[in-house]
Amino acid sequence: MDELTRNSEFDTRIAEGIKIEPKDWMPEKYRKQLTRMMSQHAHSEVVGMLPEGNWITRAPNLRRKMALLAKVQDEAGHGLYIYSAAETLGTSRQELVDQLLTGKAKYSSIFNYPTLTWADIGIVGWLVDGAAIVNQTMLAKCSYGPYSRAMLRICAEENFHKKQGYEIICTLMKGTKEQQKMAQDALNRFWWATLMMFGPHDSNSPNSADLFKWKVKKKSNDELRQHFVNITVAQAHTIGLEIPDPDLKYNSETRNWEFGEINWDEFYAVIKGHGPCNKERLQARNDAHDNGAWVREASIAYAKKKQGKNLERFLNVG
Amino acid sequence: MSDNELLSVWEVFMQQKNGGPQQHVGNVHAADAELALQNARDVYARRGGNGSIWVVPSKEIYASGSDDEAPFFDPSDDKIYRHPNFYRVPKAIKNL
Repeated sequence: MDELTRNSEFDTRIAEGIKIEPKDWMPEKYRKQLTRMMSQHAHSEVVGMLPEGNWITRAPNLRRKMALLAKVQDEAGHGLYIYSAAETLGTSRQELVDQLLTGKAKYSSIFNYPTLTWADIGIVGWLVDGAAIVNQTMLAKCSYGPYSRAMLRICAEENFHKKQGYEIICTLMKGTKEQQKMAQDALNRFWWATLMMFGPHDSNSPNSADLFKWKVKKKSNDELRQHFVNITVAQAHTIGLEIPDPDLKYNSETRNWEFGEINWDEFYAVIKGHGPCNKERLQARNDAHDNGAWVREASIAYAKKKQGKNLERFLNVG
Repeated sequence: MSDNELLSVWEVFMQQKNGGPQQHVGNVHAADAELALQNARDVYARRGGNGSIWVVPSKEIYASGSDDEAPFFDPSDDKIYRHPNFYRVPKAIKNL
């Protein structure tokens, strides 16, 4: 079958809503874009453990500590689901992880911001996971089968993340003046960075056209961002929080909460490595990888010892 | 750990509910079957297990590919007489 026929058969399958599976023929660009997108997503889950892990030892009580531990463990699991799915496109996990560790691959810019107070943990769960759920609910319908299945699994688990975060903020808002101030301060620092998670404006999103055509994405960055703002504003107002945006106003015709302009210079600066924590995050990942080397070595040595030579044939599978 | 000595990949199958079939849920990387099983539990059953988990070395799975799928499934594609609605019987008959 020639390239042209294959391409048009692929387009027909996409148009009919048939999922693409690892062994199916796919255009190189589809494979490349998905590998990029999925590995960035997996890296984000893994790096996303760091800002929250920062507060595990200082959680205010055992209930909060158990929830935070479980949430951070979930993020590790989510990273693994997506790495597994990404590997089916033909790039080994080691190569994907190397791209993160060497700084070649990107991850979500939100994780380059520090978590300065306990309220930040509430805000991250509520807003950052909330924004991720909006994005992932869309991706659960994407055309690549393994990605779509990983998203379904993640969405099912992530609602507790958002709810525990919002519960933390509700508790602070029912507390002392200082606690209320701490919650508002955390919202002020994370609000705009969260809106940036949805990526650049549609008019400025270079990869979107292909991703739409292939039904990887079904909603645009701006549509998803608007939906997120619409559902979040009431959640903030109900517990007495102010959205830090003087331009925020409700449009009763479109039923949208209109919001001010995002600081795109900041967005691109953080993506290019100039956020408050970029260096620290990358260093922490590299340290974790290096410090875990002995575990991988020991598990292989143990497996070899136990099974003798029979195991040799299993070890070289990427 | 040298670069050519990687952990191998294991496909994970879980019984999602009691009495149900083993279903593919994803994969894990591990040095041996025992560790693969523990990793599978930690990755795919954090909210409790139901039935059993199987792990199978990925490279041992031999699968049909989509490119030859049409001819591969041809032998059964045109046998509509294997479905009950192929057969005509009087409409009034019940519990057949």
